[in-house]
Amino acid sequence: MRGTVAGLVLALVVGGSCRGEDGAPYGFGKAATPADVSAWDIDVMPDGTGLPPGSGTAPQGAAIYAHKCAACHGPTGTEGPSERLVGREPRQGFPFGSDPRLVRTIGNYWPYATTLYDYVNRAMPLNAPGSLKPDEVYSLVAFLLWRNEIVADSAVMNARTLPQVLMPAHDRFVVDNRRGGPEIR
Amino acid sequence: MTDAPISRRVLLASVAGTLGALALDRAGMAQVPGRAPTVPPDPTKVPGAPLSELGQRSPFERPRRIAVGSGQGSSLAPLQDLVGIVTPADLHFERHHAGVPTIDPHRYKLLIHGMVERPQVFDLNALKRFPAVSRLHFLECSGNGSASYRGIRPDLSPQLIDGLTSTSEWSGVPLALLFREVGVKPGAKWFLAEGDDAAVMSRSIPMEKAWDDALIAYGQNGEALRPEQGYPARLFLPGWEGNANVKWIRRIEIADRPFMTREETSKYTDPLGDGTARMFSFVMDAKSIITFPAYPVILHDRGWWEISGIAWSGRGRITRVDVSTDGGKQWEPAELQQPVLPKCHTRFRYLWKWDGRETTLRSRAVDETGYVQPTLEQLRNARGLGTAYHCNHIRAWRVQGDGTVVFGLEG
Repeated sequence: MRGTVAGLVLALVVGGSCRGEDGAPYGFGKAATPADVSAWDIDVMPDGTGLPPGSGTAPQGAAIYAHKCAACHGPTGTEGPSERLVGREPRQGFPFGSDPRLVRTIGNYWPYATTLYDYVNRAMPLNAPGSLKPDEVYSLVAFLLWRNEIVADSAVMNARTLPQVLMPAHDRFVVDNRRGGPEIR
Repeated sequence: MTDAPISRRVLLASVAGTLGALALDRAGMAQVPGRAPTVPPDPTKVPGAPLSELGQRSPFERPRRIAVGSGQGSSLAPLQDLVGIVTPADLHFERHHAGVPTIDPHRYKLLIHGMVERPQVFDLNALKRFPAVSRLHFLECSGNGSASYRGIRPDLSPQLIDGLTSTSEWSGVPLALLFREVGVKPGAKWFLAEGDDAAVMSRSIPMEKAWDDALIAYGQNGEALRPEQGYPARLFLPGWEGNANVKWIRRIEIADRPFMTREETSKYTDPLGDGTARMFSFVMDAKSIITFPAYPVILHDRGWWEISGIAWSGRGRITRVDVSTDGGKQWEPAELQQPVLPKCHTRFRYLWKWDGRETTLRSRAVDETGYVQPTLEQLRNARGLGTAYHCNHIRAWRVQGDGTVVFGLEG
């Protein structure tokens, strides 16, 4: 979540209730520098916080996909051998709980488009994780969203447009209502 | 009953070939070619082996995890070979999403930033300098038990059903201490935990868990964490699904909302029969499994046998385990072996006189919230057949007239 690292200078002075036996902070750590944070702060949130500059389109992504992704995910994202990425079936409803045969894909199950950027950037491709440049990640995200019939092939994905993409499964998720006690949920 | 002639001479079924691709290396007492020790005719007549720097298991004992998949897969702990409640660290189940990283402890750092007054970096020595705690807790993958939820086969062992749970003594620093050290700002509700592996594993965790009982653990069963368990340091969330216990933790970012990572949206969510999917389903509900007798053992003799197994709940202590030896018609409380600890495996035992007839054995755990381990039918009714995590229904073993034991649920 880049952009939340301001105010480092306040360190050591204000707030907090960290106390050793004598009431003072233990002080065993070191102040994190902006460089410490920016080196590792790669996460992207649904409102787009953390998305870097850059952009890409589906045609650009198709070339990268063929070169770096298709060997595991298949030429069109449906063939495998690794996880299936593309698919909108079933078009109606969200019957994953009742039908174990359904395969969960980006198009039918992922609730946030920003998660796609976050995950591809941090963990893909499997043999060279973290190696893709922002333009490459935006392009692959555009390609996968287009293949899943969520954006047009001309759509430009960037830090402004990606958070606006509404995923088909966006409204399907509910918070855990299990609470212990006698009820089976 | 204390003078009952209990024999535990268990004849192991030959399982080679019966489990297909999962070829069960259930070696227990098996001799391994080329590794058989030299055994003197009378050990009292020859000097024994000298002292050693590092102990080894008896060469007659070869408990093994069963690996499924490679770097992205999991390996299951041999529950049927374990006694008591603690899992030896080298048999603790594994679940990795991009292999086991090699991390130099001298270069290790944990960064805590985000909604804090004092963003800090802690090296391993700094973490170890904080007041520490050690606690016995289970750790369980939320996918544990799914092999017994649908497409069920009779040739499932305790390891293949529930081997993705293990109990260790975990040592480390309470996360609350670190959070007080950095000074959490008002309005903070979630934190991101991120690993130093090739998956850069990331999960959002509610702040309440940090203030409650979360640890940054660096010790397991009296020594440093194993690499497969997050060396040199991991997040440990007692009672919560394994994936959220981020291993090799390198970064914590505190925020006012969850981050919606891949593992908490497209994975580790639970589709329900009503057309929704449950997310952030962290707590592991109460569960139990009989680990003896269970496939692939053969009861060679009628008479007294001690039924034994483990029970656990992510919501606290196990208060009761009931055992049925007649297919679920009657239930009797099993003996709970001390210690009975919160969010920890609890060993239960029940003495049973087998009359040689076919029957089904079941166990049913109850925890301190009053939650009763549900039947398969109850769980399917509540969630639907398509769900794949948190499958904590009652397990059953079919004891057949010839003494063979097979998994006893169908469907």
